[in-house]
Amino acid sequence: MSVATETATPQLLQLEGINTYYGQIHILQDSNLVVREGELVCLLGGNASGKSTTLKTILGIVRPRTGRVLLAGEDVTRMPTAHRIRRGLAIVPENRRLFGPMTVLENLEMGAYLRPRSDLKAEFERVYTLFPLLYERRSQLAGTLSGGEQQMVAMGRALMSKPKLLLMDEPSMGLAPVLVERSFEIIQQVNEAGVAMLVVEQNANVSLSIAHRGYVLSTGRIVLEGKAADLLENQDLRKAYLGR
Amino acid sequence: MLAVTGIALGLAEGWRELGQVTLNGIVAGNYFALGAVGLTLIFGVLRLINFAHGEFLTFGAYMMVLGNWLGFPLPVSMVVGVATTAVLGVVLEVGLWRPVRRKRVGELQLLLLALGLAFFMRNAIAFVAGPEDRAAGGNITAGVDLGPLRIGRTELIATAIGLTVILVVALVLRYSSLGRQTRALADSIQLAETTGIDTDRIVLVTWAASAGLAGLAGILYALPAGSVNPNLGFSLILSIFAAVIVGGVGNAYGALLGGLLIGLVQEWSTLVIDPAMKVAVGFAVLIAVLLLRPQGLFGHGRPVDR
Repeated sequence: MSVATETATPQLLQLEGINTYYGQIHILQDSNLVVREGELVCLLGGNASGKSTTLKTILGIVRPRTGRVLLAGEDVTRMPTAHRIRRGLAIVPENRRLFGPMTVLENLEMGAYLRPRSDLKAEFERVYTLFPLLYERRSQLAGTLSGGEQQMVAMGRALMSKPKLLLMDEPSMGLAPVLVERSFEIIQQVNEAGVAMLVVEQNANVSLSIAHRGYVLSTGRIVLEGKAADLLENQDLRKAYLGR
Repeated sequence: MLAVTGIALGLAEGWRELGQVTLNGIVAGNYFALGAVGLTLIFGVLRLINFAHGEFLTFGAYMMVLGNWLGFPLPVSMVVGVATTAVLGVVLEVGLWRPVRRKRVGELQLLLLALGLAFFMRNAIAFVAGPEDRAAGGNITAGVDLGPLRIGRTELIATAIGLTVILVVALVLRYSSLGRQTRALADSIQLAETTGIDTDRIVLVTWAASAGLAGLAGILYALPAGSVNPNLGFSLILSIFAAVIVGGVGNAYGALLGGLLIGLVQEWSTLVIDPAMKVAVGFAVLIAVLLLRPQGLFGHGRPVDR
């Protein structure tokens, strides 16, 4: 944790002065955000706070009107999504979206198709070691799995690309409390294996309990940032911005 | 259910007759299947109901006729027909569909555009080639006896080609990286994009395959029939739509099986009712499927949002 938070650690992701508009509506207002190598960062905010737009900006699905997106120092603001994925970005989408009519195995392969064939076996082993259940279910159609199992597939698929930075879009959404806890254990475990993570969440408590640093987003502005431990103690701000 | 119907028809109408119409059904089913798989993939990938798909069949058949006229041997002309139709699919994507998608044109407008394109292509073909029937170039008099059943030689060859290509398409979709990417795109283009798939490239490949297979379907229909006319594709497109929906919209394997099923049921129906009604029978099957299993016989529900 101490290593990851040092400013000397290289920056994997950098959002610089991002301003995003949907038509006339100003969504992200001068957003700045950094994720360093090995770090676990959470981005907290309520509904319509701009969390999804931030993720879409990082992925290149939404282009900012001004500002820059840097991946490992490279300016990718004008680059398409596929290019960014090739630079080591991966996402576990909201609601654990999978390719429903494809098998668990095929879903995992979709995460790895940018990687050389020779690496595939090792990647599969890594994912199956983390989620032994997926090996048992490998021939089952992804659409028929339970919520917790889908979470594993979505996570496994993202890890198959051996990402440097993994984005998680509301991993706790729609999961039973016991599964939320398990999910965050896995997130921490993956992070400890060296993958930097940006976890976008409404659930402040559980996110801050595993994160190194956090940002709080409210109506398109980053209103608070700092060490996770400090944010956890900041009761007033949690009430004000997260409504809990 | 299919087997029960088959046995009942066999007992009532005689096994030889049943065998003959089953054979005819497979012949018809293979060009329905080839037409349907391209239509369903384009819908799956782009949410575009390509009403001009039938005209791809017509175009392919006419390009084969053009090849014959230029003096190519028939197999070469067939390849010319398939290849030029595939190129047409790509040209239309780059010149028409991609630009209108970039402008974020709505689904209804896309539908009307496809409908307009269908009319335009049909009339353009009639304008250039003339509205009358033209010989397709296959031998339609030679026949082959398969035990008690009889099939035209050209029909047999066309069916063999069709079934082989159907098998190859299914294998490519199932096992190749390209096939997996296409199926992934057909499920959700945004999700596919976030796994790093070059969606523009896959869309182009899908258009080439969709149009090429439609061209082949037109050719395999025209050769045993002996002639082509500008309404060739239009007369088949409704049955092809039925095959797509029966198989589950967007499901490629479903379309292949749906095509064979529609062909079979239409031909079986000729044992008991007027053959002129067989397209209506295809629709009766379609309505029954929509009432009983709206996601199609081979479709999955949609458990994940889109």
